[in-house]
Amino acid sequence: MNRTRTTAGKSGASRKGGPAEPDRRTRAAAAEQTTPVRRAVALFKRRYHRGELGSVPVVLGLFLIWAIFQTVNPHFLSPRNLSNLSVDIVGTGMIAVGVIFVLLVGEIDLSVASVSGLSAATFAVLSVNQGMPELPAVLLAVLCGTGVGAVQGFFFAKVGVHAFVVTLAGLLGWYGLMLYIMGTYGTINIDDRGLVAKLTNFYFNDVAAAYGLAALGAAGYFLASWLDTRRRRRAGVPFRSLSETGLRTGVLVVVGFVAAALLNQFQGLPLALLIFLIVLVGLDYVLRRTAYGRMIFALGGGVEAARRAGLNVELVRISAFMMSGTMAAIGGLFLASRISSVSQTSVSNNLLMNAIAAAVIGGTSLFGGRGSTWSALLGVLVIQSIASGVALMGIQAAVQFMITGGVLLIAVVIDSLSRKAQKAHGRV
Amino acid sequence: MIHTSAPPLLALRGVFKRFGAVQALADVDLEVRAGQVIALVGDNGAGKSTLIKVIAGVDPADEGVVEWDGHAVQIHRPHDAQHLGIATVYQDLALCDNLDVVGNLFLGREIRRFGVLNEVEMERRTLELLNTLSISIPGVRRPVASLSGGQRQTVAISRSMLGEPKLVLLDEPTAALGIEQTAQVLDLVERLRDRGLGVLLISHNLGDVKAVADWVAVLRLGRNNGFFDVTTTSQEQIVSSITGASDNAVTRRTAREGEL
Repeated sequence: MNRTRTTAGKSGASRKGGPAEPDRRTRAAAAEQTTPVRRAVALFKRRYHRGELGSVPVVLGLFLIWAIFQTVNPHFLSPRNLSNLSVDIVGTGMIAVGVIFVLLVGEIDLSVASVSGLSAATFAVLSVNQGMPELPAVLLAVLCGTGVGAVQGFFFAKVGVHAFVVTLAGLLGWYGLMLYIMGTYGTINIDDRGLVAKLTNFYFNDVAAAYGLAALGAAGYFLASWLDTRRRRRAGVPFRSLSETGLRTGVLVVVGFVAAALLNQFQGLPLALLIFLIVLVGLDYVLRRTAYGRMIFALGGGVEAARRAGLNVELVRISAFMMSGTMAAIGGLFLASRISSVSQTSVSNNLLMNAIAAAVIGGTSLFGGRGSTWSALLGVLVIQSIASGVALMGIQAAVQFMITGGVLLIAVVIDSLSRKAQKAHGRV
Repeated sequence: MIHTSAPPLLALRGVFKRFGAVQALADVDLEVRAGQVIALVGDNGAGKSTLIKVIAGVDPADEGVVEWDGHAVQIHRPHDAQHLGIATVYQDLALCDNLDVVGNLFLGREIRRFGVLNEVEMERRTLELLNTLSISIPGVRRPVASLSGGQRQTVAISRSMLGEPKLVLLDEPTAALGIEQTAQVLDLVERLRDRGLGVLLISHNLGDVKAVADWVAVLRLGRNNGFFDVTTTSQEQIVSSITGASDNAVTRRTAREGEL
């Protein structure tokens, strides 16, 4: 604590402003003396009352689901099943990431499944039927999703049609366009050795890859936190204690290395998972650390306030739909890659529901303004775990729908309750 | 009306504003000087908020002259007003509930470092600003949704202070606040005046007006209806000026008879 005080004093001397709040420091000092576990419990309680539980419920839920399926079928947590799970989640997960951008600005995008199908069909027709090289075909397919998002965003933000209706029209229209593009072909098989197929069938067999990624992730996190703490201490503003940073890094190390060990027991690190994680980290950074991300959150928290702060509300809204369209297109390519083909029936009704459900189950609020890209990972893990577990047990899909429905309901209830808790807290 | 040599910070002369068939403002004059709190009072629909919007550039005037530091200026957009040094705090708390105090304070003018938000610097400046304004808030990293109404209002006002304005427009800052919270906000208004800022305060509460304002400007049906020194004017006088108690059917009849 001594060090804190001196640095705070130094900054107070160099800047004309006064010292940091004293009560904050004494509180931090008091907290430092208790054990990390106690502090975690206290933090949990405080967050529960403030309605800031974030991803805690979904992580607990995920553990519960895994425990249940593991007791029913010991193959559930086998390296093979988990490895497959880690690839299965990517297609829907990518779409869910895009949905999160739209949810954050307080809107909804119902067209994502159709857009993903449209993108896959565009790619398949261009590369297989028209003989275009795969890379430009992929780029065009993704741009197609971006363009769709821009069109929908325009009708919502500039024309003022309700997003629900615009994207409902999109759901029908883009599906129709996909069928039109596919023409008489019921199914188009894509090149097994091509770029898109590699997206989900390529594994880094070298064990060093998975472990290296885990180590890199943990080290990167620790370094970023440590640099942040150092800058905060120099500026004399409250900072996270080293023990907390250490604890968080420790959790990351455990999760990362356990996952890496499991993946290495099967085929190694899947390329799909690596790309997904890179996208998650990258977009999380965009949302939390850039002015653009701040605008997205601001719109979800109060459109009028954002407008008065001088933000270009229409442009940000359109950009959110463009993100959603782009990510849906990317997700569509991953889904096509997983089954090595694109068919007229590849746009299932489940895909849309799963993508939106994943975002919400993962902790992104339907009311806008609260959430993170990581909720796509957590939510889609829950949904795919249920699907995988039910499939392993050999029971009907009916059960899967009922369980997923129940989980979604619980997630939305938690979302609503935390909103209420936050409001109630504000009135004290 | 006020006899001082320095030109007023802001002077409006002969401002007109019409919305369709409604004449919202007609020939309105107003002066605000640095280090003064001017209360703008009037009944509902008297044109108070319209006048604020004219000054803030949200709804520019149809006719009339706006002078800033003695020079005629044009305010067509909110940006013009901000550029002059006019900050506006709206009635309905222009804050994003989900963002924390720091995020709200710097919304739309984030400090960046290599293109990335500089959270540390923003937090430091927030603490510094809240400290100089003697505002206590449970935590600058809490979402403003979890703050009380008074705390939210003080955040909204301190947000306006970031641009280092010379004139602050406050649209009913104490409406919907409890007694203790109102006191917090009024204290803050006094501190703004002590820092040499001009404050134009819309209020329905004459108690608040008497407590902090130096002068009271009354609007009635879109027109000036009196400019009073708070220390020498009774509350009744202000009320009768607001309601137009001297202007009723009987007086009008007498006036008409007088003309005949």
